[in-house]
Amino acid sequence: SEKCFSNGMHTSKYNVFTFLPLNLFEQFQRIANAYFLILLLLQLIPAISSLSWFTTVVPLVLVLSVTAAKDATDDIVSINMLQSERWMNVQVGDIIKLENNQFVTADLLLLSSSEPLNLVYIETAELDGETNLKVKQALTVTGDMGDNIQKLAAFNGEVRCEPPNNRLDRFTGTLNNAGQKYSLDNNRILLRGCTLRNTDWCFGLVLFGGPETKLMKNCGKTTFKRTSVDRLMNVLVLCIFGFLAVMCTILAIGNRIWEQRWGSDFTAFLPREDGVNASFSAFLTFWSYIIILNTVVPISLYVSMEVIRLGNSFYIDWDRNMYHAHSDTPAEARTTTLNEELGQIKYIFSDKTGTLTQNIMTFNKCSINGKSYGEKHKTVDWSFNPLADQRFSFHDHSLVEAVKLESPEVHTFFRLLSLCHTVMAEEKREGELLYQAQSPDEGALVTAARNFGFVFRSRTPESVTVVEMGKQRCYDLLAILDFNNVRKRMSVIVRSPEGKLCLYCKGADTIIYERLHQSCSKLMDITTEHLNEYAGEGLRTLALACKDLDEKYFKEWQQRHHVASTALEDREQKLDLLYEEIEKDLMLLGATAIEDKLQDGVPQTIEQLSQADIKIWVLTGDKQETAENIGYSCNMLREEMNDIFIVSANNTDDVRQELRNALNAIKPGAEVFTPVTSLGSKVKVIKDEEVDGEFGLVINGHSLAYALDGSMELLFLRVACLCKTVICCRVTPLQKAQVVELVKKYKQAVTLAIGDGANDVSMIKAAHIGVGISGQEGMQAVLSSDYSFAQFRYLERLLLVHGRWSYLRMCKFLSYFFYKNFTFTFVHLWYAFFCGFSAQTVYDEWFITLYNLVYTALPVLGMSLFDQDVNDMWSFQHPKLYVPGQLNQYFSKTAFFKCALHSVYSSVVLFFIPYAAMYDTVRSDGKDIADYQSFALLTQTCLVFTVCIQLGLDMSYWTAVNQLFVWGSLTMYFAVTFAMYSNGMYLAAPASFPFIGTARNSLNQPNVWLTILLTSILCVLPVVAYRFLLIQLRPTINNKVGPLSSKSGDQLHLSKIRRSSTRRSGYAFSHAQGYGDLVTSTRFLRRPAIVPSSGFTLLGRTTGFSPMGRSAGYSGGGGGSGAVV
Amino acid sequence: MPKKELETANRPDNTAFTQQRLPAWQPILSAGIVIPGFVLIGLAFIGIGVALFLTSRNITVLEMDYTGVETTSDCYKCSAGTLPNCVCNLYFTLNETFPGTVYFYYGLSNYFQSYRKFGASRDDNQLSGDTYYFTSPLAVCTPYQYDVNNNPIVPCGISANSMFNDTFNLYQLVNGSKTVPLDGRGIAWWSDYNIKFRNPTSDPLRNAFNGTVKPPFWSKPVFELDLTDKSNNGFLNQDFLVWMRRAALPNFRKLYRRITGPDYASGLPPGNYTIEIAYNYPVMSFNGRKKVVLSNVSWMGGKNDFLGVAYLVVGSLCIVMSMVMLIVYAKFKFPDDV
Repeated sequence: SEKCFSNGMHTSKYNVFTFLPLNLFEQFQRIANAYFLILLLLQLIPAISSLSWFTTVVPLVLVLSVTAAKDATDDIVSINMLQSERWMNVQVGDIIKLENNQFVTADLLLLSSSEPLNLVYIETAELDGETNLKVKQALTVTGDMGDNIQKLAAFNGEVRCEPPNNRLDRFTGTLNNAGQKYSLDNNRILLRGCTLRNTDWCFGLVLFGGPETKLMKNCGKTTFKRTSVDRLMNVLVLCIFGFLAVMCTILAIGNRIWEQRWGSDFTAFLPREDGVNASFSAFLTFWSYIIILNTVVPISLYVSMEVIRLGNSFYIDWDRNMYHAHSDTPAEARTTTLNEELGQIKYIFSDKTGTLTQNIMTFNKCSINGKSYGEKHKTVDWSFNPLADQRFSFHDHSLVEAVKLESPEVHTFFRLLSLCHTVMAEEKREGELLYQAQSPDEGALVTAARNFGFVFRSRTPESVTVVEMGKQRCYDLLAILDFNNVRKRMSVIVRSPEGKLCLYCKGADTIIYERLHQSCSKLMDITTEHLNEYAGEGLRTLALACKDLDEKYFKEWQQRHHVASTALEDREQKLDLLYEEIEKDLMLLGATAIEDKLQDGVPQTIEQLSQADIKIWVLTGDKQETAENIGYSCNMLREEMNDIFIVSANNTDDVRQELRNALNAIKPGAEVFTPVTSLGSKVKVIKDEEVDGEFGLVINGHSLAYALDGSMELLFLRVACLCKTVICCRVTPLQKAQVVELVKKYKQAVTLAIGDGANDVSMIKAAHIGVGISGQEGMQAVLSSDYSFAQFRYLERLLLVHGRWSYLRMCKFLSYFFYKNFTFTFVHLWYAFFCGFSAQTVYDEWFITLYNLVYTALPVLGMSLFDQDVNDMWSFQHPKLYVPGQLNQYFSKTAFFKCALHSVYSSVVLFFIPYAAMYDTVRSDGKDIADYQSFALLTQTCLVFTVCIQLGLDMSYWTAVNQLFVWGSLTMYFAVTFAMYSNGMYLAAPASFPFIGTARNSLNQPNVWLTILLTSILCVLPVVAYRFLLIQLRPTINNKVGPLSSKSGDQLHLSKIRRSSTRRSGYAFSHAQGYGDLVTSTRFLRRPAIVPSSGFTLLGRTTGFSPMGRSAGYSGGGGGSGAVV
Repeated sequence: MPKKELETANRPDNTAFTQQRLPAWQPILSAGIVIPGFVLIGLAFIGIGVALFLTSRNITVLEMDYTGVETTSDCYKCSAGTLPNCVCNLYFTLNETFPGTVYFYYGLSNYFQSYRKFGASRDDNQLSGDTYYFTSPLAVCTPYQYDVNNNPIVPCGISANSMFNDTFNLYQLVNGSKTVPLDGRGIAWWSDYNIKFRNPTSDPLRNAFNGTVKPPFWSKPVFELDLTDKSNNGFLNQDFLVWMRRAALPNFRKLYRRITGPDYASGLPPGNYTIEIAYNYPVMSFNGRKKVVLSNVSWMGGKNDFLGVAYLVVGSLCIVMSMVMLIVYAKFKFPDDV
């Protein structure tokens, strides 16, 4: 690439000097603010200025400064964040050194490493969700430089490679050095997002940085997210503008008629200005009314919404129930503009590794010779075993007793675990063993054996050293029958120090059972029961078996094996046949059960969320078995389900056929064409369909690629939506985003994506809401997320409590806010008929200025920050309470329309009751009270009372703060009014405070107060009656489970997760093939203990290895590392 | 939770506020509150309504149009506006005592004091006695800011220019005619008279108005509005103050005088009366109406049946609604299964 990106990314927008102009410029680009600027300009034209300039300026300045302050703090935060980010100065071409457990933050060409053969181990869970370690290897030419900084710095080479792209599994390039050309492939590359493991150090050359890294190329576009309420608001605001224009036109026409019929006669007392006739007057009136009625688009609306969202975001930051004490991580709302959407989520897309699971495997249970161990009792004390790993815990003491009693089956069981694996041991100091396991499953098994007294200590290509119950024994390792996804098992053939030949095998229960000796049938039955039990608990099971081998037979087999492994044709097939031949008539030993530790409370959370009608789709890069297993242990897949469809075809037609079959199974006779309703010309929506029964869908990445194709996406989406559970495995980061986009496109639903790794970034960005699991090493997901917390289970609280409340509060706020402003504004409309359509305001100008800012701002803010219809416990007990949010029930166009109608009613009452009550009446001392100023004061007081009482009706949670705000605002209204109408203010500025004395003279009249009482009561009583009747006649979910309902006394019971234990294999193993070769490669070992002098090449195969676990394993002669001693 | 918890740096504060556990009152629209509430409000409103209605009924009002539209009217001759200093009489008879204190109002209909420009076209600085604005009135006063000779008009503006200038005298017709004394003091708001409007400090008052001209419609300058009472001149003239308190609606009445004379303080005795009207103010051109109103007042002010009736109606509706709600509540109780 010609232009190289530095690794840092700039997010700050302003500096000290540019802040004010830039920020103002940006703010006035928002339509609302520009609108108010235009209004202000209109007000400066004397002919149409129906309101003083300050009525707009004061709110506008306030709104601009609040927004500017918020923007400034946001910007400062992002500057600080940048500075804490290391790596930002890394440039393409730099050589950098990585140490163990460090996170790779650029795409690197591996130059050299501390390990033999220039190998490095990396963990790619962040990248693809796979938990096993992978190996990368440097070129020898660079690897020989080691950690010699001078040599590295002087190294003169040229890398030519492909342009930046998003293919994580592919890389092509060449390295030119000293006239030599070396080809570079994916095995030499460390991608951003990996973590270095089990490797002291390595050096790498930066190939791509920052946005050009493969990971970032996979991240998708960062889009500015807006909530559905925002989008609705835009539509509504446009409608309001239209409505405003219509109102003003009508009033202008009214003015035209008035001017003609009355005005022209009245010119004696009310002369027209030169050149103004009735038509021109109407034109001016149009603009004057635009100014007066501008409050239908309240300037404070947007800023209030932002304040509310900010407040509700702070609640998320502050919530102790979402604080993870173990990692000291509080939840964080990284975006403060999306809160209410949390209450409307319909689809959740979840990553598996690190999100649902902890990425920790524990040896939980085992069945040995028909006896199951591992029930929860006291934790076992490992003090009897000096080599034990103290972090390992087991809860059944009887197994320890069995080991100590030297039960032969138990010993064989653990001997198998300590021999049959590809783990490497490192003993830096005496007794301090460190296992380097390629998969965490294996690590857990070997560690278990270690703690029970069968300590795997070291290995050479030909031997395995084990400390058995304190006695060191060395087994000759004669063959490793490696693991692969088809065989689903691995075996070793060893010769014990006593000379006994033995084959040890571990693998999937179904596979092992087929190869057992008939004499085991009784044991099989018992073990099967145990296996089912384990599978039912969501544990990952392996069956263990062994077999004594006949020396003669083995010799002969070994010969054939040697031939097969050097064969040039069909080598793998021949080997498989050989393996098949020897792995039979096995004797069953028992079974192990490993727990892929779910994060705490995951099944409960998923259960709760699905109760709330939220659909959860798991999108993982991991293998199908592993994903399915987690599906079961999370209770997403269940035995009782009617059917679970597995789509794993490899071409378009098969995928289509499998999806069609699934559709037919779910809805027999369903029409082939997906029912689509079109909204407009572009937007299509798939309706939700009713399903009989529960179904699950598992689809792998290959099939997904076809299913996401334009011709099939609707079919796929339809089938997926009909299923209760959808699991996509083996998917790439980009596919994750595509799935999210697909749902966004055809479902009018709000989506949420949750993940922890860099591979989740794309979907986090694509979904309406992105949630990152924080507290882990990589921060990629968190940095691009909108919300982050440490544990999956907090999602429940985020949605059912915070989201629900935020949505409720926002909707209540909007309904009320529109109501209060419409009511306020419509009164002018009625007064127009009594003031010759002259754009005379009903209220005092100061009241207009302060109404939204002072008199009614705090109570509604208080409501939108504190309101709770039910408390958090209720939300958890009744997840159904979440449903109205998904259906947009609390604020929609209909609700808005109702709200406007309500305002019309209120404004009619607010104008005509005072009108009729004051008509031709006088004060009790005979003086004037039907004057304009008294009338204005009366109407505005009625209005303030009405909106306050209405707020009281809407508010369901009166905290002390709310009380203070409501009563404080009323008090404030009277205090400010009396102050404005006082002698002092008038004397200071006579022209600005012409209402002097109005308050004193009218508010001491009983009929004024009786009018206020009547007006405000008449405004709200119908609302009370309507709501009460609605609750009785058409109770909503809220009324049904609300604190009033008959159920309220019920005992709190969290739905208990039940698991059935029908027959199902719990097999899942996060192992990749190819490691058998690796561990038998002599040079691979750091300290080869004994180099056998026999020259016996172990099993005779070239030990070329394929470090990437995914690629085929037995390719010989790769990379010049296949030397055999 | 009894679990051992680590005290750590990032742990959020455990306050009722941050954890959203503030104690709160949670009112609910339950039948036990709503239905009795409606009954109570209904009963209270009916009570208030009855009191208001009876009070309003006890107020006596006598309203007489004197625009002179009908040819039979004595004021018909003046209505054309052609006769200068036209005076007409309005006769009326009281069959029983008009209990008092009786207030004398004039009323105008179809008169748009509520028009925006009408209200805006005045200079409150000028009216508060600030002589700076005597020489340069605010622009809002146009077209009555300066006269053709560019002399500033004081008081400027449409409001002041259009001041009502009919005058009334009331006579009781017993043994010839007996003047019923009309009291014009203290008919404006106290705050208007004492704070809002002030004359410039100069003695004699007229000196302050040197260089200014009277509003074109006025016959007398502002400092000579009341020749009988020196203190009732300038901006503090009571009739001027009453006029300048702009009416909210196109039909309005304004206080003209109170009848407080010794013989009439407790009311107007039965008999024949005449009102002598100096008919100056033209309203025929815009189809306006002029009237005189005699009225007494109560604790709730002037006569207005609306408020009482409205209370009665709303009160009754509340009772009806409460019945409806009771029936609905009894019929549609929550089903037990949720």
